[in-house]
Amino acid sequence: MIRFEEVTKIYPGGQQALNRVNFHLQPGEMAFLTGHSGAGKSTLLKLIAMMERPTSGQVFINGHNLNKITKKQVPFARRDIGMIFQNHRLLMDRSVFNNVALPLIIEGYHLSDIKRRVAAALDKVGLLAKINNMPNTLSGGELQRVGIARAIVNKPPLLLADEPTGNLDPHLSMEILKVFEDLNSVGVAVMIATHDLGLIARMKYHTFTLRQGQMIHDGLSSSDLRESEFEPVI
Amino acid sequence: MSLLFNQRKSPGANSANPGHRLVMYFIRHLQQALASIGELWRMPISSLLTMAVLGVSLALPTTLHLLMKNGQQLRSGWDSAAEITLFMEEGVSESQTQKVLRRIGLYEQVNKVTYVGADDALEEFKTLSGFGDALSYLDKNPLPSVILVIPTTQYSSPEGARELLEKLQQQPEIAFGKLDVTWLEKLSAIVNLLDDAALALGILLLLAVALVIANTIRLSILNRREEIEVLKLVGATNNFIRRPFLYTGIWYGLIGGLIAWVCVSLILWWVEGTLLDLASQLGSELTLSGLSFSEFLILIALSSGLGWLGAYGSVMRHVYEIEPENQL
Ligand SMILES: Nc1ncnc2c1ncn2[C@@H]1O[C@H](COP(=O)(O)OP(=O)(O)OP(=O)(O)O)[C@@H](O)[C@H]1O
Ligand SMILES: [Mg+2]
Repeated sequence: MIRFEEVTKIYPGGQQALNRVNFHLQPGEMAFLTGHSGAGKSTLLKLIAMMERPTSGQVFINGHNLNKITKKQVPFARRDIGMIFQNHRLLMDRSVFNNVALPLIIEGYHLSDIKRRVAAALDKVGLLAKINNMPNTLSGGELQRVGIARAIVNKPPLLLADEPTGNLDPHLSMEILKVFEDLNSVGVAVMIATHDLGLIARMKYHTFTLRQGQMIHDGLSSSDLRESEFEPVI
Repeated sequence: MSLLFNQRKSPGANSANPGHRLVMYFIRHLQQALASIGELWRMPISSLLTMAVLGVSLALPTTLHLLMKNGQQLRSGWDSAAEITLFMEEGVSESQTQKVLRRIGLYEQVNKVTYVGADDALEEFKTLSGFGDALSYLDKNPLPSVILVIPTTQYSSPEGARELLEKLQQQPEIAFGKLDVTWLEKLSAIVNLLDDAALALGILLLLAVALVIANTIRLSILNRREEIEVLKLVGATNNFIRRPFLYTGIWYGLIGGLIAWVCVSLILWWVEGTLLDLASQLGSELTLSGLSFSEFLILIALSSGLGWLGAYGSVMRHVYEIEPENQL
């Protein structure tokens, strides 16, 4: 589904965020991306979402080389990728319905289809009752789930989440993870970047670990991870 | 169509035949046009203030245009007022006079020839001046016989009339001729200058309208930066994002144009009252012509066009450069 080949990213300031990274996420796989702060997790996800371009190396999604995607094609490619953000990035002056409907409006769906799909997406995250609320009347966990509903409303085959549980207590975090697991069980590939080792520890999911921009661990479980690997190496 | 996953079905857009899709395209544009009115309505005071500024800026060139138009009508009246007065030599006989009149009447530059004999002139003077009795003490008519020549419109410009005058003065029976065109020339030069100034001023004001709209749209783009970033993140194209801003620009221009029309109509109504007074005092007929329907349409089209242009400039600069970054 996602393949990185010798990907290096150096930001304009000269900061090297990724260093010759190789990995492969299988179709329909759910995986975690971990590493210390500044290890390059967000950068890796941004390269997949074409918010940044690699300095060298290649990124493939479903066999398509992203280097070959032109600027004009980027919006269309993004419609195949659902993205979830730590700070949810909802529009606070629009209702839950209008926020979740955004990707469908952009793609020109009929209003009847939009209503049906928004309701289905909100139902999946357990927020159908709040469909007409304004975002500022929702809790942090609920906002995060509205963000997930927006990401899945047009049924993308790939979901990227950057610290989706960053602001949430363990109980809420588990709830969010359940939503991802449900989605994954119907065939959606999911990649979640997180600091939250406790969250991963209980799961047997594919885990990628970055340190200083290098992929240092690519294995099935997190049990063999040591805390020390999360310390930045100076 | 899905770009990365070709097995993925794309949405409702390709659900129907091309005709239906075209209809949907227009419906969607209409929806966005209406939605952008709603956007203006969200901040009614500041939107109305901007529109008022636009209306006043557009009212000025429109008023100037009306001034120029009415001025031109007045001037075409003056042109035909160009009249050459020829004073006859003393002692020219009746038959010679008739010959001269006939000769002048045959000139292709001449529209109308009128003879005012010395006796007629004296009669006219008596009745008009009120010196009737006093004049009867004169033993000899002091007034000369004159021929009034009205040139064809082609020769009624100051230069043309002067040329004709030169020719007429060659006649032996004519003592001299008079053409009072210097004031006309001066006035004409002043009016031409005013026309040019009005045109330049008008262009500047139209430019101001486009700039005001460009700046308003720029601010609203920057105000909605977060929204634009989110739209880009969920796959909106630049075309999609810029459309409501272009519509907003058009609405600003259109409503500004309507406000300008109302302003000009009010000015016209106000001035017309004063003008009627003046006309009745001068005993002449003065009418103002307002905006014709086609001129009204031109005003609205021009203002909407300027709105679109201003918005387009801002959109090209700002919508395209906003990119979602930092926190994924
Ligand atoms: N836009 C940018 N310009 C310059 N340097 C950047 C930029 N974004 C990130 N970096 C640098 O690249 C490195 C990797 O950043 P990245 O955001 O990928 O880390 P991260 O693993 O997501 O960290 P965190 O867990 O704190 O979110 C960091 O050293 C960061 O300072
Ligand atoms: Mg990060």
